[in-house]
Amino acid sequence: MLRHAVQRLAMAVPVMFGVLLVGFLLMQVVPTDPATVRAGPTATPDVIAAIRADLGLDRPLYEQFGLYLWRLLQGDLGVSIINNVPVTQELGATIGPTLELMVASLFWSIPLGIALGTIAAYWRGSLLDRAITALTVAGGSIPVFFLGLVLIWYVGFKWQLLPFTGRTGPLWTWEGVQGIILPALTLGGVFVGPVARMTRTAVLDVLGADHVRTARAKGLTERRVVTRHGLRNALIPVVTLIGLQIGFLLGGAVVTETVFSWPGVGRLAVGAILSSDFPMAQGTIIVLSMGFIVINLCVDLLYAALDPRIRHA
Amino acid sequence: MRDNAPLLRIEGLRTVFRSSVGEIAAVDGVDLDVPRGRTLGIVGESGCGKSMLSLSVMRLVPPPGRVAQGRVLLEGQDLLRLSAGAMRQVRGGKVAMIFQEPMTSLNPVHSVGAQITEAMRAHDKSASGAELRDRAIEALKRVRIPSPESRFDDYPHQLSGGMRQRVMIAMALACRPQLLIADEPTTALDVTVQAQILDLLRELQDETGMSIILITHDLGVIAEMADEVAVMYAGKVVERATAAELFASPQHPYTLGLLGSIPRLDEDRERLLAIEGAVPPPFALPKGCRFHPRCPFAIEACTRAQPALEPVADGHLAACIRAPVEQSAELAA
Ligand SMILES: Nc1ncnc2c1ncn2[C@@H]1O[C@H](COP(=O)(O)OP(=O)(O)OP(=O)(O)O)[C@@H](O)[C@H]1O
Ligand SMILES: [Mg+2]
Repeated sequence: MLRHAVQRLAMAVPVMFGVLLVGFLLMQVVPTDPATVRAGPTATPDVIAAIRADLGLDRPLYEQFGLYLWRLLQGDLGVSIINNVPVTQELGATIGPTLELMVASLFWSIPLGIALGTIAAYWRGSLLDRAITALTVAGGSIPVFFLGLVLIWYVGFKWQLLPFTGRTGPLWTWEGVQGIILPALTLGGVFVGPVARMTRTAVLDVLGADHVRTARAKGLTERRVVTRHGLRNALIPVVTLIGLQIGFLLGGAVVTETVFSWPGVGRLAVGAILSSDFPMAQGTIIVLSMGFIVINLCVDLLYAALDPRIRHA
Repeated sequence: MRDNAPLLRIEGLRTVFRSSVGEIAAVDGVDLDVPRGRTLGIVGESGCGKSMLSLSVMRLVPPPGRVAQGRVLLEGQDLLRLSAGAMRQVRGGKVAMIFQEPMTSLNPVHSVGAQITEAMRAHDKSASGAELRDRAIEALKRVRIPSPESRFDDYPHQLSGGMRQRVMIAMALACRPQLLIADEPTTALDVTVQAQILDLLRELQDETGMSIILITHDLGVIAEMADEVAVMYAGKVVERATAAELFASPQHPYTLGLLGSIPRLDEDRERLLAIEGAVPPPFALPKGCRFHPRCPFAIEACTRAQPALEPVADGHLAACIRAPVEQSAELAA
């Protein structure tokens, strides 16, 4: 298990390097010159040249990349063109809310999806199964922003049940919890369907397996047969498939944060891109990509934890 | 209960599948007795309903199949009438089952120890974890698994096919059942391992006094293991006798055919009697005797009525209107 973890970690390193390289090159292709922007509209060419030298922009590309990595290691991603705040500082302030939102979304949607999928599989062909399938197909085809807007309009605005205007406090307070409900419903809502459908397929597959018949022949209760010998085995493919949806989760987070003015990395990214704040945009892209890698790593480890055949390979 | 009463008695068992062409019977009116402490062998080609028969006894016929008729009396109690909860106590308690595929019959994500203790806990809620572990190791020892303490934490993929089948047996015998149903327990194993597993089953039967239903399509296995034999064809029992009697004077042409497919060293015409064709599927059964299209002795009357299982000698039943015939004489001609 430990060897597997180290292996996976080692494989993630080149991917991270690639992400940083792409992030760096992205800055090279944008048409705006950072030194000019930094210097301001009234600066003389001398001043711009001085800033250019100061930023290392006059050196060859590979040196710039080295410098960029060196600064990154020290936590320096440059400063915002718009308000001169260090990028890392802004990122530090927004990562927390984004993590909160993701955890809160997955916290309810994955268990619900797995439960619905298992129920549908166990009573396959029944009315219940068909109802769940219809619901999950419908739910899966609703765009994130639309679900968010509907929730805002009805639950937040018309019925005034819950706040919908961003983060209302830390999660350990009641205000904070209320504030995250609608965004978490929105982002998680689009996840229930896919997870339920994957689980249904996987559980159906497993319930027909020989070892499930063995479990019944031992005299186990149906509940135990389904959970310990059906669902438990089905989790292996389900986790893999959930892993494949990570990009979807990050994209959904960007949309949800924007719709709900949630002060996270996603909204920061959208704002930075719209205002041509390139250092900031670059920083958010790096963070989101790193998030992608880290979640993938977690999925991999979870996969190994679930499947002894991988653990011992 | 009289001692010579059978442990298990199957009466008129009929197991059907609902299909687009109506109900089809995979097991069609089977009567059988399983004597105490002895082995009943059930033999027949692939598809003749052996597995469905044994799953019917366990009430584990996979949907859309179901037991439509009959009684399965374990010490006089009809298993088909038990509540679901009571039936669960029978499964793995009084009646245990092992299957053909040791590679897939164990759950790959749980250790073998966990799977054995789970079977024990299902029938003994009060035992502590440490106690169950000891008993599971004891069970592994009983099936002659070397260093059972360290095997306890192994996962199925770390064991060979033979070892897995031993684990299956240990698990099945964990709660000391009175009846073990073994559905082709050695078919998937190579010959040496097969002999070891059969030896083990016999030894365990001597130790525990359990009855065994041994399902196979291999008459060699029957000869080695069974006290009594039932020959199945297309969902029906076509011949029943003690093993000695069956091998000495087989009466049903189908049995003769099966016997013919055993290599005979004393004759050089070993494949003479091998049966042509295949078992008809339950939805395409011929009229009259189900075996007649493949039977070398079939006469006109065989195409009209299904023959009943009737005594042809003491304790020997056959379902053939031509039995007893001087079949071997006819063949020699
Ligand atoms: N799900 C099903 N639907 C319809 N018919 C089925 C189904 N499962 C089994 N059967 C029928 O039941 C018959 C008996 O099958 P069974 O598995 O009992 O045969 P078997 O004697 O155990 O053969 P084998 O030696 O291959 O294990 C088969 O001919 C098959 O057509
Ligand atoms: Mg079978």
